[in-house]
Amino acid sequence: MIKQDISKYKHVWVFIEHENGEVARVSFELLTKARELAKDLGCEVHAFTVGDKVEQFADEVFKYGAKKFFVIEDPFLKDYITEPYRDAIVHLIEKHKPEVVLIGATTLGRDLAGTIATVLQTGLTADTTALDIDPKTKNLLMTRPTFGGNLMATIFCPDNRPQMSTSRPGVYKAIEEPAKGQVVKEEFEFDKSKYTKQIIEKIIEEGEKVNLGFYDIVVSGGFGMGSKENMKLIQELADVLGGTWAASRKAVQAGWAPQTRQVGQTGQTVHPKIYIACGISGAIQHQAGMKSSEVIIAINKDPDAPIFEIATYGIMGDVIEVLPKMTQMFKEKLGKA
Amino acid sequence: MHFLVFIKQVPDAAQVRVDYETGTLIREGVPAIINPFDKHAIEAAVRLKNQFGGKVSVVCMGPPMAEDALKEAMSMGADKAFLLSDRIFAGSDTLATSYALWAAAKQIIKEEGPVDVFFAGKQAIDGDTAQTGPGIATRFNVPLITYVVDIKNVDPEKKTLELVRLLESGQEVIQTTMPCFLTVEEELNTLSYAPLPYLIRAAKTSVKVLNSKNTEIEAEYCGLKNSPTKVRKAFTPPKRERGEMIEGDSVDGIINQLYEKIEPVLKTMGKVQ
Ligand SMILES: Cc1cc2nc3c(=O)[nH]c(=O)nc-3n(C[C@H](O)[C@H](O)[C@H](O)COP(=O)(O)OP(=O)(O)OC[C@H]3O[C@@H](n4cnc5c(N)ncnc54)[C@H](O)[C@@H]3O)c2cc1C
Ligand SMILES: Nc1ncnc2c1ncn2[C@@H]1O[C@H](COP(=O)(O)O)[C@@H](O)[C@H]1O
Repeated sequence: MIKQDISKYKHVWVFIEHENGEVARVSFELLTKARELAKDLGCEVHAFTVGDKVEQFADEVFKYGAKKFFVIEDPFLKDYITEPYRDAIVHLIEKHKPEVVLIGATTLGRDLAGTIATVLQTGLTADTTALDIDPKTKNLLMTRPTFGGNLMATIFCPDNRPQMSTSRPGVYKAIEEPAKGQVVKEEFEFDKSKYTKQIIEKIIEEGEKVNLGFYDIVVSGGFGMGSKENMKLIQELADVLGGTWAASRKAVQAGWAPQTRQVGQTGQTVHPKIYIACGISGAIQHQAGMKSSEVIIAINKDPDAPIFEIATYGIMGDVIEVLPKMTQMFKEKLGKA
Repeated sequence: MHFLVFIKQVPDAAQVRVDYETGTLIREGVPAIINPFDKHAIEAAVRLKNQFGGKVSVVCMGPPMAEDALKEAMSMGADKAFLLSDRIFAGSDTLATSYALWAAAKQIIKEEGPVDVFFAGKQAIDGDTAQTGPGIATRFNVPLITYVVDIKNVDPEKKTLELVRLLESGQEVIQTTMPCFLTVEEELNTLSYAPLPYLIRAAKTSVKVLNSKNTEIEAEYCGLKNSPTKVRKAFTPPKRERGEMIEGDSVDGIINQLYEKIEPVLKTMGKVQ
């Protein structure tokens, strides 16, 4: 292991993820969390990003408490490509030496974090669900689920800096706390011939990104829904409740829902106030993404379905019969009829 | 062409249970399997070999019993299998693991020739980190393409190929030069049944063991001591108690009961007055 002088590293950095001129919500969630960590460490929260025309995010970033916003702007960085993004970010980190670097555990964030940590030869803890500062050592304590959510592990990185973590979207609430911030522009010379990978085409589904973690009520459909058509029953209930809809992996693989709506170990993690699982058996990989919901309601026609073992309320029945009636009832009770 | 697949042997996470009294995992009797994503990586490599010629090497870092995973990979069509096994790797985190696998891969390249496409699974189902693949790719300094769901337009002459990968909001098509490093999703392919000749060859061929003696792996980058991340504690999340089955004579009756139970929650959310 390469030994470092860790006393030179200071401040909590948050990566500002963006696509098509829009900041990913998880970046604001992380800025909010970073303020807490910075208070415990007695330092500042700084944001950073690279891309084309990214300085425009400064106002939003300062609204969530960042005191500085480090950017590298270059038309070459218009679309996310792992290697040039990595090289530009490594340049920022090596120059300014943050103590902590937080990145969203999105598809993009997970692609990026592992390669950055390897170049920096530092520790990275993936998919964390809790971040704390150890009051004695001031090390960052990063807690994450493993074994499909069956075991939690608290990880730390005592001798290397920065301490890096990716965090799942929806784990922290984004709360504004405006700060007067300063943009710091840096330059980076790209050797463009080094990069031999290019994007040929982008296929955007749905036109919108769904951050399931953003909703208090999630209605989720599984293979027991029977068909893509029937997934409408899920969507209707979610609409009436002012929530969003999601799906199990098997429903996603059947083509009944986009991957962006998958809940579970290989999808998103949610912990809404109410999670309604419809025609979902409750496989451990599914549970990993929803087990910490406050109230779980399960509708399934198999009394032995594992989902009933973790459900707060279980209804043994046919989703095709139960769901329309449930939607109707909530319409009346919630005054939406 | 030469394809090298990194496979991990993992406990079947779906069968792991928690002992809430001791706060540990019950691993007894839980079968060890090839990480599900890695099987799709093997399948993809074997299909490319069948289409374009060449060979498939597989490497697994783990205890001696991981040989079973390598044998299975051979029954799926892999030609050369390497078990990277040494005490010095115990307790390695992802940085140390990607170091060891990189060093082992360099040895495999020495013995079997240069690699065109490296494959790993998207993530391992025990650790779920999704970091090892990107770590090895970075050390080789080759293009990394994660979340691959399709491989197209392979051009062995120009040494290019196209890949479809998942994005948060859809998919993108990437063109890259070889050598390159892919981490793959399950959707990439459906697994074929192992044909008899593969099974016979797997039974007959032995797995080569790599360790700190027959590679250039340096101990100072391996194992618990040289891993930047350490586990401070492991614990089981609080158990969710089995709740209540709502029963009644009619669906309407059941739904009404449900409503009464969750009305307080809906009130705190401001959904009802
Ligand atoms: C590495 C790996 C990662 C995975 N990641 C995920 C993940 O992230 N998310 C995920 O969800 N899964 C994941 N899985 C898959 C998981 O193991 C299960 O296969 C999947 O969750 C099952 O989906 P399901 O419950 O919709 O389908 P099924 O298991 O087929 O269950 C359907 C249920 O519907 C019920 N049903 C049928 N008809 C009706 C009806 N008319 N009314 C009421 N109930 C009915 C049945 O009784 C049954 O319980 C993963 C698997 C692996 C190996
Ligand atoms: N011990 C190992 N031996 C071989 N390949 C591994 C090992 N650990 C991880 N990998 C590869 O890296 C991928 C991601 O693993 P992880 O970073 O642990 O989620 C796996 O799907 C494997 O392809």
